Amino acid sequence: MNVLSVENLRKSFGDLEVIQDISFSLEHGEVLAIIGPSGSGKSTLLRCINLLEEVDGGKISICGEEMVSEVDGKVQYAPKEQLRAIRLKTGLVFQNYHLFPHFSVLRNITEAPVHVSNVPPAQAEKTAHELLDKMGLAEKADAYPCQLSGGQAQRVSIARAMAMHPEILFFDEPTSALDPELTGEILKVIKELAAEKMTMVIVTHEMAFAREVADRVIFMEHGVIVDQGPPEALFHSENPRTRAFLGNYYRI
Amino acid sequence: MNINSLLKLVPHMVDASLTTLNIFFLTLIFAVPLGFVICFGRMSKYKPVRKIVEFYLLIMRGTPLILQLIFFFYGVFPFFGLSLPRFWAAIFAFVLNYAAYFCEIFRSGLESMPRGQREAAAVLGFTKTQTFFRILLPQVIKRILPPMGSECMTLVKDTALAQVIGVAELFQLANSSVSREASIIPIFVAGVFYLLMNGIVSRCFSALEKRLNYYQ
Repeated sequence: MNVLSVENLRKSFGDLEVIQDISFSLEHGEVLAIIGPSGSGKSTLLRCINLLEEVDGGKISICGEEMVSEVDGKVQYAPKEQLRAIRLKTGLVFQNYHLFPHFSVLRNITEAPVHVSNVPPAQAEKTAHELLDKMGLAEKADAYPCQLSGGQAQRVSIARAMAMHPEILFFDEPTSALDPELTGEILKVIKELAAEKMTMVIVTHEMAFAREVADRVIFMEHGVIVDQGPPEALFHSENPRTRAFLGNYYRI
Repeated sequence: MNINSLLKLVPHMVDASLTTLNIFFLTLIFAVPLGFVICFGRMSKYKPVRKIVEFYLLIMRGTPLILQLIFFFYGVFPFFGLSLPRFWAAIFAFVLNYAAYFCEIFRSGLESMPRGQREAAAVLGFTKTQTFFRILLPQVIKRILPPMGSECMTLVKDTALAQVIGVAELFQLANSSVSREASIIPIFVAGVFYLLMNGIVSRCFSALEKRLNYYQ
C-alpha cells in the first residue's frame, strides 16, 4: 500500500529554491532515511509534507488521499476539513522535541488524542502508559518536561506522536540536539518501531544508523535528490558527489 | 495635627480607599479583556486594523492619563450631550488607558512564545483556537505575570489621578484634610494606605508566580 507519494515538489524562500524537483514514494512499513549536507532542503521537505510550509508546486498524497496538487500550474490544497483528516495520518518528531512545558509527561501524550480525536480520557491514559512503558519511561508519567534529559524528552515526543496512531512518522534530525550516549536511546526506539513495521521517514546525520535501519536512503543536496537506493548500494555508490559526502563519514 | 483628629481621619480614609479599590478592580475587570481584544487587532494580518490599533496605542500611551481624564469628562462626553457620573467617566478613561498597556504586555508574551509550540500543536491536529487556549495562553500568562504585577501596582497609584475630575478617592480626601488641618500628615497617612494596598497586590502576584513555578 502506498503511504506517501511526492511528485515534482518545489519550494522557494524568496529567490532561494530550497526544493527544486523532488519525487519519491513510500510503501507501508518502509523506512526511508534522508541524508545530505546542512541547507540541502531536507527539513523543508518534511515541513512541506507536514503542512508547516506551503509548497510552490508539485503533488503530495498520503495514503492515497491528495493533500496538494497542481491544477493548470496553480497549487491547490485539499479543503480544510480534508487537510485536517490527512494531517492526522502523519506524525512529526522535531529536533528540539517541542514538548508542552506546562503539561506533565502523561498529559503531553494524552492531550491530542483526547481533544483532537475525542478518545475517552481513561483510554488515552492507558495508551499513554503503554507507550511510556515501551519507551522505558514508565516512572516519568507525572514528571514535567523540564525535569527530563534530552533523550527522555525526545522519547516522550515520539510517544506523543505515536499516541495519535499515525500511518507514517517523520523524524526531523531527532538526535541532533543530543550527545552520543543519549542518541543511542533514540535510535533504539526508532529501531523498535521499524521492527513493528512503522512507516517512517528519518532526516538524519547519523550515517551508521541510516545504513542500519533504513530500507532506502536518499541523498539530497541543493534541493534535488542526487542519489538514492538501498543503504548498501548507496554507501558504495559510484556517484562522485555521494562518495565525497560519505567519504567524510568514513574518515571519522 | 493632634492624635484625635488623626484617629477621626482614619475611618474616612478607609471609606475613600474603597473608592480607590473600586476604580482599581473595575479597571482591571474591563481593561484585561479589552487589552486582549486590542492585542489581536494589533497582531492582525489586516494592515488597516493594525494601523488603527497602533494609532490608539500611540494616543493612550503618548499622552498623560490626567489629560485623558479631563478630556473625556469635560470634552468628549459633553460634546456628545452625555453626562456620565464622575466615577464612571474616570473608569472609562482608566479602562481605555490601561487596555493599551495590557495589550502590549500580552503581545510581548505571545510573541515571546517559541514557534515550535505552535508547530507541535498544529502537527498533532489541534485547531488554532485549541492551540491558543490549551497550549499558548497558559504559558503566556506565566510569562507576563511580572510586568502585569508592575502595571497593577502602577494602577493602584494612578487611581489618585481620578481626583482631577472630582472623584472622591483616597488622595483627594488626604489633600482636603491637609488644607483643613493645616498639616501635611494626612498625605503621609494616605501614603501608608497606598503602600498597604500595593503590598497586597505584590503579595498576590508573588503567590501566583509561585503557583506557576511547577514548570519552566
